Order: sequence, then structure tokens, then C-alpha cells
Amino acid sequence: MKLVFSYFIFPGFLFTLLLGGWGWWLERKLTARFQYRIGPPWYQNFIDIMKLFYKEQIIPVEANKTLFVLSPIISFSSVVLLSLMINQSYFYGRGFVGDIVVILYLIIIPSLFIILGGIASSNPLATTGSAREIKLMLSYEFIFIVSLIIVIIKSKGVISLEGIMDYQQKFGSHLWSISGAIGFVLSIFYIQAKLGIVPFDVSEAEQEIMGGPFIEYSGPLLGFYKLTKAFLYFILPVLLILLFTGESLGWHLIYKYLIMIVIISVIKNTNPRLRIKDILKLFWFLFFPLGCVGVVLAIIGY
Amino acid sequence: MGLKEKILTKSLWVYHVSSGSCNNCDIEILDCLTPRFDIERFGMQLVGSVRHADVILVTGAMNKKSLKRFKRVYEQAPKPCFVVAVGTCSCSQHMFRPSYSMEAALDEIMPVDVYIPGCPPKPEAIIAGIVKLIEKVTRK
Repeated sequence: MKLVFSYFIFPGFLFTLLLGGWGWWLERKLTARFQYRIGPPWYQNFIDIMKLFYKEQIIPVEANKTLFVLSPIISFSSVVLLSLMINQSYFYGRGFVGDIVVILYLIIIPSLFIILGGIASSNPLATTGSAREIKLMLSYEFIFIVSLIIVIIKSKGVISLEGIMDYQQKFGSHLWSISGAIGFVLSIFYIQAKLGIVPFDVSEAEQEIMGGPFIEYSGPLLGFYKLTKAFLYFILPVLLILLFTGESLGWHLIYKYLIMIVIISVIKNTNPRLRIKDILKLFWFLFFPLGCVGVVLAIIGY
Repeated sequence: MGLKEKILTKSLWVYHVSSGSCNNCDIEILDCLTPRFDIERFGMQLVGSVRHADVILVTGAMNKKSLKRFKRVYEQAPKPCFVVAVGTCSCSQHMFRPSYSMEAALDEIMPVDVYIPGCPPKPEAIIAGIVKLIEKVTRK
């Protein structure tokens, strides 16, 4: 019973959904305030998702039906699993050795199945969006792995989330060292690209390719993608908080999460959309050398 | 009034079809998104794909060429989906009625839920029209 409660309600499904949807709303509201608008009410994202679940479901005739239907569901379920793992180790300290590697695998699955769903819908614009997402993935996942390596080296080779938290509680957060700060900055750009918001939203650019991979999705399947995004809005900032500022946890989560959302929306609203060429250049020729410098500094001990 | 209608009217996603209009109505629709009118506070969003749409805004007089396309767009939209005619052209063909390329007015072919007359209608008028649409949906 306690296990069921912890899976479905408190650190699990419902909790993540509420906080993620709320964080997403906060980002939308801040965007609106940046543009001197009023912005949507606080329940907007929940209402949008609820509405999508009773709209009509259309499956294109030329689509690969199995893949088209399965990919939103698989991406959503992988995100639920991810939220369970991260929240369990955050709130209860339950984890296992090497769970950071499992997280690394699971965190790729949503993007992968967005790409597959886009290609399965057999729409030229969706295919364009998927191709762009592939190139984005090649750049941002790479950077995230580099910053994870920095964290692992800093915490003396521990590869479990719980171990990293313990290490930081004993010896202070990684953020307050030079290499840790480099890793944190790189991971913030990773979040930006992973959530698909400006400056890295080429894959679903509403103005040029009309939503990219999501163009043929309607009704419940689009709702699953929106749920995935709401979950990612909670998971990614919490993962970063856990990896880099693990010194003080517990109720400190509240203001740290707010600060992360504010950082994300400030970057979103002060930058134009980059072209895919520029994104690759930025990630491979600027951020990757920076990450290498971070790794070297972490080995030396700064 | 059911819960479904209440939820639907709180998050209307709008798709914009221009069937050869003179661009005035389109500019007025875009005005609704600007800081002065900001329809996002009512949960409305302009979406790029008709698969996500709840409301289709039609501007311009429907001529023979664009009618075929508009029928296809309407069939692709997931139901429930509402059609709103913006501007006098799409309401009643305006001065293009005797033209050779006009077959019929929009509402003789499609079920139109709300008419917003004006050449072009003000953003306030468009918002008032959407409010009428919401009243109509929730009264059902």
C-alpha cells in the first residue's frame, strides 16, 4: 500500500505531473510578462491536456500505424519511469549503484520516440522536424554526458545519484567549484535543447515547419506528448539540482526549482532561434572544448 | 452545461485559414495576440497545424480554387471543431458576390458557428465573436 502510494501519488506520478505542469505554466507566464502580456491562468496546461484526451483521434492513412500510436505512449512511460527513479532517490534515498547510467539511457528515449513518431506520420514537414531533432540530439546528449563525467569525477567516481548526493552533503556542492560551474552551465543549455524551447527549438519551430514531428498528431496521442513535456519540465531541473547543488535538499527544492525555471525562461526570451548549423557549431566547437577543460580541471581538483 | 464543454472553452486552439483575403483581417487576427489584447489569458493559442485545432478562423471570400482546399482542411480537423467566419467577405462575400470565381457563400457549404462582420473587424470585435462562440458551445 505504501509502495503504491509512493509510486502513484507522492513522489511518483501525480506529484510530478502537478509540479511539472505548474512549472511549465510559470515559464509561459514569465514569457508573457516579458512581452508585457498578462499570460494564461495557472491551470492552463492541465486544461489543455484534459481537452486533448477527449478530442477525436485521427491516424493518417499513409502512416505506419503501429509506430505512430506506440511512440507517444512509449515516450510517456519512459518519462514516468525516470520521474520515479529521480524522485525516489531525492525524497527517500532509495537507489542502486549505476542508476545514473540508467537515467542516461531513459532520458534519450522521449526524444528518440518523438523522432520515430514524426517519421512514422509520413508528413514531409514532420520528417524535416525529425531530421533536425536527430542533429540536435547528436549535439546536446554529447554535452550532457560530458557534464555528467565532470560530476562523477568530482564525487570521486561514484555512479549512483544517492552517492553523489551524499558526497555533496559531506564536502559541499559541486556548483561552487570551477569545473562544477562549467558543468552546470553546459547542462542548462542541455535542458534548453531537450525541452525544445528557444534558442534550440528548430525541430518544432511553429512558424516554419508547424510543430515539426507533432504536426500529424491529434487528440490523446498529442496529449501523451504534452504530458511527456510537462514531466520533463520537472525532471530535468530536479536532476540538475540533484547533480550540482546537492548540499542542501529537502524543502530547498522549492526555491531552487523556481530559480531553474526563471533561468530557463530568461534564456528563452532573450535569444533568437538558432539555425541547426549554428547549433552544431555552438555545441561541438564551443561547448565541447569547454567541457573538456572542465573535465581536466575536475581531474586536477579545482 | 457539461464538464467537457467547460474544459473545451477554456483552451480553444485557433487555426487560421486565409482563403484569398486582402490581408486586413489576418493582420487584425494577429493583433489579438499582441500585448494590448492578449488572447492567451483566455487560454487561446494560434496553432500551426489543423490537427491541433478547435476553432478554424476563415478570412476572405471563398472562391472556386480555395473552396476545394478549405474542404480538405476542414475534413482533417479533429472534431469537435468550430468554424468562425471573420470579416464581411467570408460572412457574405461582400463586394465579390457577382464575381465569376465565386460559387457560393461560405455558410451555404460549411456549417459556420459564428459570424464576425466588419471590414476588417476590430480585435475587440473578434474577441467578442469568440465569446459568443463560447456562449453557444456551453449552452448546448
